Amino acid sequence: MKYKSVFDIIGPIMIGPSSSHTAGAARIGRVARSLFGRKPKYATISFYGSFAKTYRGHGTDVAIVGGILDYDTFDTRIVDALTIAKQEGIKVKMTAEDAITDHPNTARVIIGDETDRIEVVGISIGGGKIEITELNGFELRLSGNHPALLIVHNDKYGAIAGVANILAKHEINIGHMEVSRKEKGKEALMVIEIDQNADEIIINELNSLPIVQQVVKIHD
Amino acid sequence: MFRNVAELIELAESKNCKISEIMIQQEMDVTGRSREEVLGFMDRNLRVMEEAVMRGITEDVKSHSGLTGGDGKLLQTYIQSGKSLSGELMLDAVSKAMATNEVNAAMGTICATPTAGSAGVVPGTLFALKEKLNPTREQMIEYLFAAGAFGFVVANNASISGAAGGCQAEVGSATGMAAAAIVELAGGSPSQSAEAMAIALKNMLGLVCDPVAGLVEVPCVKRNAMGASNAIVAADMALAGIVSRIPCDEVIDAMYKIGLSMPSALRETALGGLAATPTGRELEAKIFGIPLNEK
Repeated sequence: MKYKSVFDIIGPIMIGPSSSHTAGAARIGRVARSLFGRKPKYATISFYGSFAKTYRGHGTDVAIVGGILDYDTFDTRIVDALTIAKQEGIKVKMTAEDAITDHPNTARVIIGDETDRIEVVGISIGGGKIEITELNGFELRLSGNHPALLIVHNDKYGAIAGVANILAKHEINIGHMEVSRKEKGKEALMVIEIDQNADEIIINELNSLPIVQQVVKIHD
Repeated sequence: MFRNVAELIELAESKNCKISEIMIQQEMDVTGRSREEVLGFMDRNLRVMEEAVMRGITEDVKSHSGLTGGDGKLLQTYIQSGKSLSGELMLDAVSKAMATNEVNAAMGTICATPTAGSAGVVPGTLFALKEKLNPTREQMIEYLFAAGAFGFVVANNASISGAAGGCQAEVGSATGMAAAAIVELAGGSPSQSAEAMAIALKNMLGLVCDPVAGLVEVPCVKRNAMGASNAIVAADMALAGIVSRIPCDEVIDAMYKIGLSMPSALRETALGGLAATPTGRELEAKIFGIPLNEK
């Protein structure tokens, strides 16, 4: 079941006008921001499907930039997000694409600075609910229903066991997990939905594993 | 966990409790949150709804495009004149539904129920019924859980997205949710709630999502108005003992399949329907400053 909570239906509290095109867009932008971990210097956003046709009318543009500025769906600063981004020195580029995507409300967000860059594809499935379907070229399925850990690691034996051991030691239960890689033996990504929020100690411990390159935590 | 309306009704009947209670208990089970927390979250949503309704019927709300705003307030003045034909309760619900969507269109703060474009129907009907039935705060919160329970089934078995299933998935779902919740608040049985939902949603089937200029304004605000009135009529019919010949779950399934066969031009792309009328195009050109021939 895609919708698990009554507050997916009665909620979210948000700035209008559209739960899928405004609130959902803000959430996609905000996930990108939390994956990047800090304020980016630039943002390149591509809209597909209904997003591409109606993003101006729905405020999808301000909302997704609002998300990148780390605003929640009900943050009234969303309305002025484009101006605020400019003031904060974030270069924003937006395009409407013609390509047909699997889901009618799809956005691709690339944010970065001098040192790093991430690319996230998100879909807005209705009522403000989103899913992340791609991260840096890795296909994944991240619902945002639960807290999650995204772990970039070397595609080598023992990686999963190492991570699972640390989680087990801290009594963190795994609800859903998937592993994907672009090429055998290269970079791989673990997506782990967990039942409890993982604190900094756990994150640091995971980061100290030689096989792990990067750990990102997403809150419920 | 209930997967469809039949299971929801069966749960409520076997436990001899309200639909809202089943939803509250499921939310506690799924999230591990306490009853107080869950009720508290909904109370906060209720507060946002009330503020949006009040803002819409008392302030001069206007959207950035200028297409919508002020109609909820206009209707309140008309009700005061005592000349209304469809009755005070009905028009009050309609006015408060529009007020919510006008605030939404003006990028104000609202609570999606189940979406922002359809956010007017559930609170509009609730705050109109409040005048007649004098519910407690707790009963008003239960109203939202009852509506949420039916929306939960629709979202998981069909869709609540206009881009995926047309307006029937948004205002249609909201109308069914409100109809079911009205029945519970008025003292009807769980199965009467299901009948009300079925009757309401049946009359929204096929409704396309064709917003002018892609804005959640025309025809969304007035579709919320009609959704609110449809919900009250459907609830009254169910409370009178009228049943739907097609069971609620099958109506929801029909809505889903109609959505799948709906062309993309009629699913929130602003390419067809009212968006593609001469006036719709003219408004679009004016709002975005793009000449018509370049569209």
